[in-house]
Amino acid sequence: MSSVITTDTPVEEPANQAVHTLSVFVNNKAGVLMRICQVFARRGFNIDSLVVSQGRDARFSRMTIGISGNPGGLEQIIKQVHKLIDVIHCFEHTSEESVTRELLLIKLKCSPEERSQALQITEHFGGKTVDLTPTSMIVTIHGGSRKVDSAIGMFSQFQIIETVRTGKVVMARGEQAT
Amino acid sequence: MSTTPLDGAQALIKTLDDLGIEYIFGYSGGAAIPIFDALETVETKMRFVLVRHEQGAVHMADGYARATGKPAAVLVTSGPGAGNTVTGLMTAQMDSVPMIVLCGQQVTWMLGKDAFQEADIFGITMPVVKHNYLVKETNDLPKIAREAYHIATTGRPGPVLIDIPKDISSAEFHGDMNPPLDLPGYHPDEAFSIDPAAIEEAVRMISHARQPVILAGQGAMIARAGEELLELAETLRCPVTTTLLGKGVFPETHELSLGMLGMHGTAYANKAMVEADLILNVGSRFDDRIIGKPHMFGRNANIIHIDIDPAEMNKMIRPHVQLIGDAKSALTELNVRAGRLETEAWIEKLNSYKKKHPLTFRKQGGLRMQQVIQEFYLQTKGKAIVSTDVGQHQMWAAQFFLNDRPHEWLSSGGAGTMGFGFPAAIGAQFACPDKTVIAFCGDGGFQMTLFELATAAIHKLPLKIVVLNNHYLGMVRQWQELFFDNRESGVDLIGNPDFGKLAAAYGIPSVGIKRPADVSRMVAKALDYNDGPILIHAECVKTDNVFPMIPAGAALEDMITEPPKTKMAKPTGST
Repeated sequence: MSSVITTDTPVEEPANQAVHTLSVFVNNKAGVLMRICQVFARRGFNIDSLVVSQGRDARFSRMTIGISGNPGGLEQIIKQVHKLIDVIHCFEHTSEESVTRELLLIKLKCSPEERSQALQITEHFGGKTVDLTPTSMIVTIHGGSRKVDSAIGMFSQFQIIETVRTGKVVMARGEQAT
Repeated sequence: MSTTPLDGAQALIKTLDDLGIEYIFGYSGGAAIPIFDALETVETKMRFVLVRHEQGAVHMADGYARATGKPAAVLVTSGPGAGNTVTGLMTAQMDSVPMIVLCGQQVTWMLGKDAFQEADIFGITMPVVKHNYLVKETNDLPKIAREAYHIATTGRPGPVLIDIPKDISSAEFHGDMNPPLDLPGYHPDEAFSIDPAAIEEAVRMISHARQPVILAGQGAMIARAGEELLELAETLRCPVTTTLLGKGVFPETHELSLGMLGMHGTAYANKAMVEADLILNVGSRFDDRIIGKPHMFGRNANIIHIDIDPAEMNKMIRPHVQLIGDAKSALTELNVRAGRLETEAWIEKLNSYKKKHPLTFRKQGGLRMQQVIQEFYLQTKGKAIVSTDVGQHQMWAAQFFLNDRPHEWLSSGGAGTMGFGFPAAIGAQFACPDKTVIAFCGDGGFQMTLFELATAAIHKLPLKIVVLNNHYLGMVRQWQELFFDNRESGVDLIGNPDFGKLAAAYGIPSVGIKRPADVSRMVAKALDYNDGPILIHAECVKTDNVFPMIPAGAALEDMITEPPKTKMAKPTGST
């Protein structure tokens, strides 16, 4: 029997792999994502999370890229990304100077007896139930990555069928541009 | 009276002409037929050169650009035609050479459907170009061509590829022939204003130097900063070494010249780098073949790095001062404030190294490539454009053909592309019909692109095609001899053709050189013949080695200047 690998399969965080969040403002054109991914792939960087959406001005898109790796290589990556013709700017944002949020959808196998406890946890994390059947429920929770992590931790007393996380979006604090 | 509207291909060709493109090197095919047709229907000043393989076309455009600083265009068809440009694009990208490559493509509604001669060349070439386009609107063609030209030629130059589906080039054009460029993420003009605080810091650092060296590279060449460089070196009394690609940006016969540095550079240039208290890098990217062991490089020196590309800063070497911008602008700023340094003792020391470790070669025991190269240098008095292939002959050409002027040394540095030398020389000869152009090729590299003999013959280009034949892939054989117990593997070019007969098959005359005593006479004969190309076939010593040599990854002080007596450890560094 083949084992099923889900996003819930726990992964050990490798030691001294700092997490970095980059915000990249780009032309909204075909191929831009590929150009940026190549800069990371060529240097062996794995992208942990990636969010892309059209900007308020439809000529541009905004990407939030989460990566882990050594900061020495990161300086080069940021410069190489910035050098791409289709990139308007590329900034790294530290957690102190920015806010990050992500959205979690989590599907639980949940009998009517278990339901009230699941709802209690949902309420604690400020989440919502968005789908309910006699045997399952889908809960949505948003917040910082650690909050989302701990929500998943709490829900793991139930059978988690699957989870989907959007990945981080970031915005610089104050009047500074992201 | 109604006029027939242009089609996309015609608008494109008109735009290229308007941009001042002189040459299009190319090879036709189904998806490119509308563009080839426009070459016939649109009256332009451009000349089209039909090559024999698309790789040849890209290297010709490359040679043209290195010799002039201006881009040429390449025009090929989709699929295999476009695919054959990849090595040439990589070569140009690595050495920051501008060019515009136009590819025909399947019709838009067939893209992604494995149609005949369809290849995702937009995706394939992304990592080997400065920028590329897949055109989706006929009316965008002039804008994209203008953007491509702008991107290719400004900032740090490079190749730009435009992929043009056949329906897009065939459709009627109703757009603007001269629309504004739309490049909100690209600001090359910033390179001309350099941070004044950084300039001040550099000036201060320079003023304290007693053992300074200027290291000049391709960036100085591209910026046409030769005059400013000469002025600075002479004002400071500062010795100058150049990279392989920087050859000629500072006159190599100048008393302050140390020649080329690096893996096979001069002993005195490398020793100067080790002992220097200041390294002023003008437009070199601190390539792994010049710095050896990165953490050992310049550890006694203050390092100032001038580069137009911010991404080169701290990439290999962490400089003490970063001057981000155009090399000519930076040197002009430095010249305003520079004064003479007390460097006479330093220059004297370096002169003693020059005497102790001159570049030399054995005159006995058969014909040496160095002798042939040196003879061409002496007889032309260095007044020639020299193109090389890659390998031992390339290093010997760099050592023995001195360049006093910029844009006369064409060599694939970063990519190390075998097969580059001969077609690049063709491109340079088209660009400079009145100059002597010499292609120094090994027997290996020449056979990779020798099909362009037809192109050289048809156009009666008075090229000197010098095949330095040692029947080996000599540089790899040298490594195998020195580091792999002389186990030869995959380097013996048994079965080489008779190069003279080969030339004759294309109607090209040749001279053969077998003995050292014949070199002078045969080179004179070759230089005398200018009715078309001539091939010089030099049958050379099979197992000569290039020295000095810094084993890959070793520190500059670990340079060897003669064959080692004991077995050497395998190189731990790059390649």
